[in-house]
Amino acid sequence: MYNRSIRGPLVEGNKTYGQISSDIMAPIDARPGMWWYLTMAIASVAALFGFYAIYITVSKGIGTWGLNNSVGWGWEIINFVWWIGIGHAGTAFSIFLLILRQRWRTSINRAAEAMTVVAVGCAALFPALHMGRVWLAFFIFPYPNTRGPLWVNFNSPLFWDFIAISAYLLISFSFWYMGMLPDFATIRDKTTSKVKKAVYGFFSMGWTGGSHQWIRFESLSFILGGIAAVLVVSVHSIVSTDFAVGVIPGWHTTLFPPYFVVGAIFSGFAMVMTMMVVVRKVYKLNDYITDNHMDAIARILTFISLIMGTAYATEVFMAWYSGNEYEMFTFFRNRVTGEYSVQFWGMVICNAIIPQLFWFRKIRKSTWGLLWISLAINLGMWFERFNIVVTSLANDFLPSNWVSYTPTIIEIGIYVGTIGLFVVGVLLFFRYIPMIAISEVKGVLNIGSKIDD
Amino acid sequence: MKNYYNSIEEFNNVPGQEEEKFEKEHKSAVLELFEDDIAKKPSSRRDFLKVFGFSVTSAAVLASCEKPIHKAIPYVIQPEEIVPGKALHYASSYFDGHEYASILVKTRDGRPIKIEGNTLSVFNGKGTSARVQASVLSLYDDARLKAPLSGNSPISWDLADREIINSLADINNSGGEIVLLTSSIISPSTKRLIAEFGAGFTNFRWVQYDAVSYSAILEANQQVFGKKVIPDFRFDKANTIVSFNADFLGSWLAPVHFISSYTSRRKLDEGQNDMLRHIHFESGMSLTGSNADQRIPIRPSREKIILANLYNKIADALGKEVFDVPECDLDIEGVVAELLGNKGKSVVVSGTNDTSIQLIVNAINLLLGNYETCVDLDNPLNLANGTDAAMEDLLKDLSAEKVSALILYNVNPAYDFHSSEAFVAALSAIKLSVNMSTEFNETVGLCKFECPVHHYLESWSDAEITPGQLSLTQPCIHPIFDTRSFQDSLLTWSGVQTSWHEYLKNSWKENYFPLSKQSGFEAFWTGSLKDGVYAYSGEKLKSPEIQYGSIAAALESVDPGQEEGFEVLFYPSVSLGNGKHSNNPWLMELPDPVAKLCWDNVAAISPMDAEELGILTGDVVKLGENFSIPAFVQPGQAKGTLSIALGYGHSQAGKVADKVGVNVYPFAKFIGGNRKMGFSISQIEKSIDKVELALTQTHHSMEGRAIVRETSLSKYLKDPASGNELHAKHESNHQTLYPDVKYDGFHWGLGIDLNSCVGCSACVIACQAENNIPVVGKSEVQKRRIMHWIKIDRYYSDSPQQPMVVFQPLMCQHCDNAPCENVCPVSATNHSSEGLNQMSYNRCIGTKYCINNCPYKVRRFNWYRYTNNKAFDFNAVSDLGKMVLNPDVTVRERGVVEKCTFCAQRIQETKLAAKLEGRAVADGDVQPACVQSCPSNALIFGNMNDKESKVSKMKADPRNYHLLEELHTLPSVGYLTKVRNVEE
Repeated sequence: MYNRSIRGPLVEGNKTYGQISSDIMAPIDARPGMWWYLTMAIASVAALFGFYAIYITVSKGIGTWGLNNSVGWGWEIINFVWWIGIGHAGTAFSIFLLILRQRWRTSINRAAEAMTVVAVGCAALFPALHMGRVWLAFFIFPYPNTRGPLWVNFNSPLFWDFIAISAYLLISFSFWYMGMLPDFATIRDKTTSKVKKAVYGFFSMGWTGGSHQWIRFESLSFILGGIAAVLVVSVHSIVSTDFAVGVIPGWHTTLFPPYFVVGAIFSGFAMVMTMMVVVRKVYKLNDYITDNHMDAIARILTFISLIMGTAYATEVFMAWYSGNEYEMFTFFRNRVTGEYSVQFWGMVICNAIIPQLFWFRKIRKSTWGLLWISLAINLGMWFERFNIVVTSLANDFLPSNWVSYTPTIIEIGIYVGTIGLFVVGVLLFFRYIPMIAISEVKGVLNIGSKIDD
Repeated sequence: MKNYYNSIEEFNNVPGQEEEKFEKEHKSAVLELFEDDIAKKPSSRRDFLKVFGFSVTSAAVLASCEKPIHKAIPYVIQPEEIVPGKALHYASSYFDGHEYASILVKTRDGRPIKIEGNTLSVFNGKGTSARVQASVLSLYDDARLKAPLSGNSPISWDLADREIINSLADINNSGGEIVLLTSSIISPSTKRLIAEFGAGFTNFRWVQYDAVSYSAILEANQQVFGKKVIPDFRFDKANTIVSFNADFLGSWLAPVHFISSYTSRRKLDEGQNDMLRHIHFESGMSLTGSNADQRIPIRPSREKIILANLYNKIADALGKEVFDVPECDLDIEGVVAELLGNKGKSVVVSGTNDTSIQLIVNAINLLLGNYETCVDLDNPLNLANGTDAAMEDLLKDLSAEKVSALILYNVNPAYDFHSSEAFVAALSAIKLSVNMSTEFNETVGLCKFECPVHHYLESWSDAEITPGQLSLTQPCIHPIFDTRSFQDSLLTWSGVQTSWHEYLKNSWKENYFPLSKQSGFEAFWTGSLKDGVYAYSGEKLKSPEIQYGSIAAALESVDPGQEEGFEVLFYPSVSLGNGKHSNNPWLMELPDPVAKLCWDNVAAISPMDAEELGILTGDVVKLGENFSIPAFVQPGQAKGTLSIALGYGHSQAGKVADKVGVNVYPFAKFIGGNRKMGFSISQIEKSIDKVELALTQTHHSMEGRAIVRETSLSKYLKDPASGNELHAKHESNHQTLYPDVKYDGFHWGLGIDLNSCVGCSACVIACQAENNIPVVGKSEVQKRRIMHWIKIDRYYSDSPQQPMVVFQPLMCQHCDNAPCENVCPVSATNHSSEGLNQMSYNRCIGTKYCINNCPYKVRRFNWYRYTNNKAFDFNAVSDLGKMVLNPDVTVRERGVVEKCTFCAQRIQETKLAAKLEGRAVADGDVQPACVQSCPSNALIFGNMNDKESKVSKMKADPRNYHLLEELHTLPSVGYLTKVRNVEE
């Protein structure tokens, strides 16, 4: 199935099983380098700034943001969708590539899943914070209560959102954690530190590596994977209904569910690429996360970028084809040429045009090329959400309500804070958890490296 | 079972003792504290800890449970008429020295909280203006003077009275002049009192002074007709109105009175199919100009030439004497033809305070025979009595120190007099100066004595707006501060023992009771008080011979006007009027209906001039050596002119008004016997400064969307649905998968006639007062977060030089298929069985999804806590300011969404009242605040299930359409197309 002569080995450098364990566990035992502390410090400051911004938001009110009577959602919803999109990477990696029998995923899926959990956590902050009365957020739980016949509104996409995100967070966390059990056990067995032994021993939940355990492990992976596969599609489809269900021109689009899911996977993969480019450099894991891996992600991004381009064109075409004057205005005058044209063209260029550079093998092989293009996609996807959320609201049906929207330092602060939080989370992950699934990599060690295929 | 023992002690123990020991060891430590002999017991370390723990915990628990205490003091003797929770309405009258309205005051638990128009009044009916609506808030202004002052130190009334009486007597004995300077007084009883007060002195002068003067009209009518009056303009009898710089729908004279008569001839319902035609010449873009069928921008100095030519052309056509006047470059043939075609059925009116202009206006109206019908000199408007020359004379005498005592009442010359500096300087030299004012203002503190007077809602008075139309003002609340009415002060100082209340009653008993042919005075008095108005047919003033001499003189001296440079014009704005109520936060935050600007005054500049000079809205411009002010590019502003609103730039009026905008009163000039509200400069300079203005609408074009649908009268007469063709198309497209929702009983709806709505904004303030809508301040308005539940959208069409304007009141449309309702995750907004789109604040968690999904964007979010928050210290922080709150409406918390409820509390109240009376709710019983305040009856509310109701008929009108009806939101609000009386 796997053609070594075409694709090269999945693990390079003729590793032994023992080497794999020690290579991957090296960062856990060693003291991290200066760069780790420095990045951690910067990220912590960013996160603290975020917490300050959150404190101001909660104590003073949403008025500290740049929203107004017409634009009720701004950066917080943009960032929410953006983070949720990024949070699609891990599950998409694990599940879709599993279904497609792409075993090269094994060296990346753990990190991608970790990223998912942190990103979805960051995303979940925003819907809570954007509530005017966050202390009453529990009203959104459908539970029997003493407040009379009041019940949640099952017609509201925001309620669907709440269910979808909580389910997704739960499943992706379980899937990620469950996958780490054998590796926690390995650390427990190998470490010399008593503290680590206790901690990892606790988290490994008594994993011994017996064949019964492996059988159950496999079947649980399969079940969780099956659920998660559905959720990957459903979460962002549901997030898209927040907009698609609305009457606002630019929101009211049936294209949104697939468009959002593909966009989410696009941004998730781009974020994985950004992270992997950095990780394989600083942790010297080039043997495990090989050029071929990066190449494969780049190819996927190229393909998704074409889908995104098609989706943008379809949206604009549909606006024209519908003959609806409001849609025509939103797409042709407001987005393409209006006040927010920078964001529109930023989106098109970053998402549909720049990734096409991956057609060149040279760029796919270049570390800087990979890094800059993946960052461009992340930026482009942010622009996309800006386009959808803000441009539609700022200039909708009645021109008397038209406004401009500019974020305040508090809104920016929360976004910066979540980025800080994300980096902190990822750094802690690198420090304390094997960033590559040891047991799974061992399974693919021989693929492509022996002449048996 | 065998008994095992642990130790020999246990074995030896008596069984009973064991229980005791157990009890002792296991008893609740807390219960032990309540034992009787606890105090006697020696305390151990454990006891200490127990007591300590218990007391700290209970202290913490109790302290955290404590709520702030608000004391409610019950009546010792319950007044008969007051039922807690039930509103009482008292008829009264509003007059602030400038604007008059006969009103009903709604009080709750002894507090006036809302003003309504008095339907019994023939002058204003149920309509009110924004300023009258807002006046209730001025009652609860923290900045009001709270007690008499001598200089800057408090003084008792007795002491002040003694000193004033003594010094008045001294001055009188030495032959010094005593001057009473008041705003225009329209109270006949007060006039009698002033006459009596003045009679007590040998040398007494009474001067009336108006901040915004109508002196020229008074003078011109004096010269021509021998009557120093302002005629009533009967727009309801006119077919053609030609007006010059008179914003009679906005702030000129009696807007509410004029709006109702004007719009009565602009309606196209109940079989009416003709409209008056309105041609308006003006420099700035006023509310009146915005409503005109034809609006011609002119320089102010050209007005006289145009009028003179108009006179000549009409005189020529009628074979009367023609004068030699400069040629007019405007084509006015159409106007001439229009006027000649409607002789005796037209009005020519000018708002310019220039006697010669008013003389020419009189001449034209005379030529056209309009004094027979449309310009009523027999029932003049008794609104302004001040003559500019009298004030000028007073200033001269003051400066020459010829005046020994000056008593000021309800005037603020230190702020609004053009020679305020000279006036203030002269004040200090006067022997006795007394200021009587309700508001805290610039004149306060300049006189020897401050004798603060009641707010009108605390006072007795009467008013005679036109001869024979009387109304009473009665107190609706006990005076909040240690104030005294102006009349009581005069009575005290003239040594009369009777109170002003008695005096007023006697005055009515002597003067009006005999005319009433009623048997008992008490019945007459209480009846008049209850109605608020009383009409008698007084004697008409004899009209002397008409004097044409002064007209000829005016027409012979028409100067060619100014062609170069800029002419600056001041005008009282719709929101702040002459600036007397600038410290009222509701008015300060009321956007100008045309500019959509609040919290600032600006120099409106024409788009052509702005382009030439490279000026953008918000650029600060320097007007000669005078002052700097932000520019505002105003479509429709005449080239070469600048318009600046009066009423801003207070230095001492309170926290709201101070330092907002520029005071331009000092730049008015006294020229040719009149105060000219404006000046000329050769050029304006753009400075590098730029300010952000608080604009509530920044996009002015409808972008070709069918938002306000309009047609012309000729097209309408051919096809009533003209301009509204889309309606039928959209109606035919309405499809739904869901079963139709049936509304049993009521289905509330609102109809808005865009032809009647002039954009006066009374509804905005009425809504604010009724629904406890917070004021958010300049910076929040800049962020486009104004909280008004109803707003007046204004759109321009045609060229920026001569734009056509439409107004559209916009509130929650109460869609039967509301996009906001299905997106709320917690069902905080939902639909009532009566078709109301409801908002339950307690349930709202503030996701703002409904705001986003509302195509009309009429939902408002509480971005901050606007009550009890020092950052929003307008009227909802102090206990006094909060007295204006309507107890029937929840004050919204931070973080919840709010919007128009169709005044659900009023619907409920009316339904309950009808139920108690055992009758059905009649059409027109329920009036939301906006509907009730509307002077033009443009808003009609009612039950759409009742096919006979007014609103149902409105909805059946071919002109009816729904806003954004193509979205299938099925709004309960309908609009009737605007019809312009233009040739098409």
